[in-house]
Amino acid sequence: MSSETVIATFYVFILAAFLGYQVISRVPPLLHTPLMSATNAISGISLVGSLVTAGAHQTTVSAILGFVAVVCSSTNVVGGFVITDRMLKMFKRKTAPTPAPKTNEKQAR
Amino acid sequence: MKTYFIEFSYLLASILFVLGLRGLSHPDTARRGMHLAEFGMAAAVVGTLLQKEIISYEWIIAGLLLGSTIGLAMGVWVPMTAMPQRTALSHAFGALAASLVGVSEYYLHGANLGEFRMGAIGFEVLLGSLTTTGSLVAFAKLQGLLPGAPMIYKGQNVFNLCLLAVTIACFIFLLFVPGTAALFYLMLGLAFVFGILLVLPIGAADMPVVIALLNSYAGLASAATGFAISNNVLIIAGTLDGGSGFILSIVMCRAMNRSITNVLFGAFGSVQETVTASSSGHMRDVKSDDVAVQLAYARQVVFVPGYGMATAQAQHALRELANALETRGVTVKYAIHPVAGRMPGHMNVLLAEANVPYSQLYELDLINPEFPSTDVAVVVGANDVVNPDARDNPTSPIAGMPILEVDKAKSVVVLKRGRGRGFSGLENPLFFKQNCEMLYGDAKESITHLTQAVRDA
Repeated sequence: MSSETVIATFYVFILAAFLGYQVISRVPPLLHTPLMSATNAISGISLVGSLVTAGAHQTTVSAILGFVAVVCSSTNVVGGFVITDRMLKMFKRKTAPTPAPKTNEKQAR
Repeated sequence: MKTYFIEFSYLLASILFVLGLRGLSHPDTARRGMHLAEFGMAAAVVGTLLQKEIISYEWIIAGLLLGSTIGLAMGVWVPMTAMPQRTALSHAFGALAASLVGVSEYYLHGANLGEFRMGAIGFEVLLGSLTTTGSLVAFAKLQGLLPGAPMIYKGQNVFNLCLLAVTIACFIFLLFVPGTAALFYLMLGLAFVFGILLVLPIGAADMPVVIALLNSYAGLASAATGFAISNNVLIIAGTLDGGSGFILSIVMCRAMNRSITNVLFGAFGSVQETVTASSSGHMRDVKSDDVAVQLAYARQVVFVPGYGMATAQAQHALRELANALETRGVTVKYAIHPVAGRMPGHMNVLLAEANVPYSQLYELDLINPEFPSTDVAVVVGANDVVNPDARDNPTSPIAGMPILEVDKAKSVVVLKRGRGRGFSGLENPLFFKQNCEMLYGDAKESITHLTQAVRDA
């Protein structure tokens, strides 16, 4: 790997870290749990690496390792996004006008 | 041409991820932001599937189907109270995926790896493996499969540090001689073991910091994968995740007045069980009906939820009580300590689930000035976060930890399971104060009784 590529890669890394700090420090404590599951889903991007490992089919061992990695990371992507959305749906500024029957229904579940 | 398209899909994904996280700065924009991020993920996956290295799709399709099914099932059915466990488990999945990609890269290229790629793969496998097992132990503790109390033995820190040193030594040797496969697999194994040993000595009450930290490691493992296969979107997304976890763990550390170095290096978290014999005075029991009268005729009531509310699943009952009080004209607020519960933001999610509008949830700095003008503060299954010793007693193990100053309220009612101590094993002088009364029993039942009594009052 040429030294230019290495340097460019570090640029990306440092800038992403800086950007991440700026964006994430503005997330209020109210949303820290959704933040965690959201970043979890996003870091499921390792799916990209897993897909190549699973699909390149260089050897059976690497294909199996890739397969397990695809399962793990797609679980995170799908599960992470679904659960984040489920959580965010619940955050309301004001309650709905008729909360009583709704809460009963939820309790019953 | 195809390469440009693939790189464009990755760039698009990176931008959408950042926009998605920016959306999380406010509840109103959060969902839209997440939809953007989902779209970004889809774009990245489509781009990847076009890569020329991919020649067969059976493993991919099978893996995607299986993973999506598991993910969907977990996403739909996991209850909100189990969110800390689920998060720990998903850190394990993410880290394992990163680690396996690293192992596969090493398996394929081994001795031909340059220093830079070997370094990236080493980081990936080290962080990935220790996060996998560490997260599984955290999961087991949160799920109650392992005892929540710290597991400590003699010389633990020395042993763990030696193990870490050996692991890192393997790594450094591999940097110079990447062909030594035996050392690579030894390093892999040691990292798995180290992950277990790292989390075992940490008590369940310290899990917010640990989960945030493991979140950070899982993200950094993904970023290292990006370095290893020189893929920018992996680096960006992994770094965002790593940074987020790191920021959260710093927030959690501040909320417990512990230094980040204390957490990162060694002796973490097992608060010494100093059994102070200083139980001055006695705790006063109170009848549910008397509390109901106090609440019904109060002007302002502040609820302080803790992990006890989560275990008793009392959030819906609490919301009912708040409804009953509000119809009588009582102002109701909720005081949320940053480390209440088992993960960052745990209490907020539970209360949101019970339909509590987020405008009623108050952070530490905003609610503390309000306690002197609060008629009744109701502590629901919280202990250390309201322990006045943290403020008054410099020798206390939790000295300096910012607390919710409920003792300044005109009266305090503590809902508690039994007379035992809190998780840290510390005596809580709050319980012996003049203005404090104890209501023993299951939080959900107690609150349901209170609601009935308030309605009748």
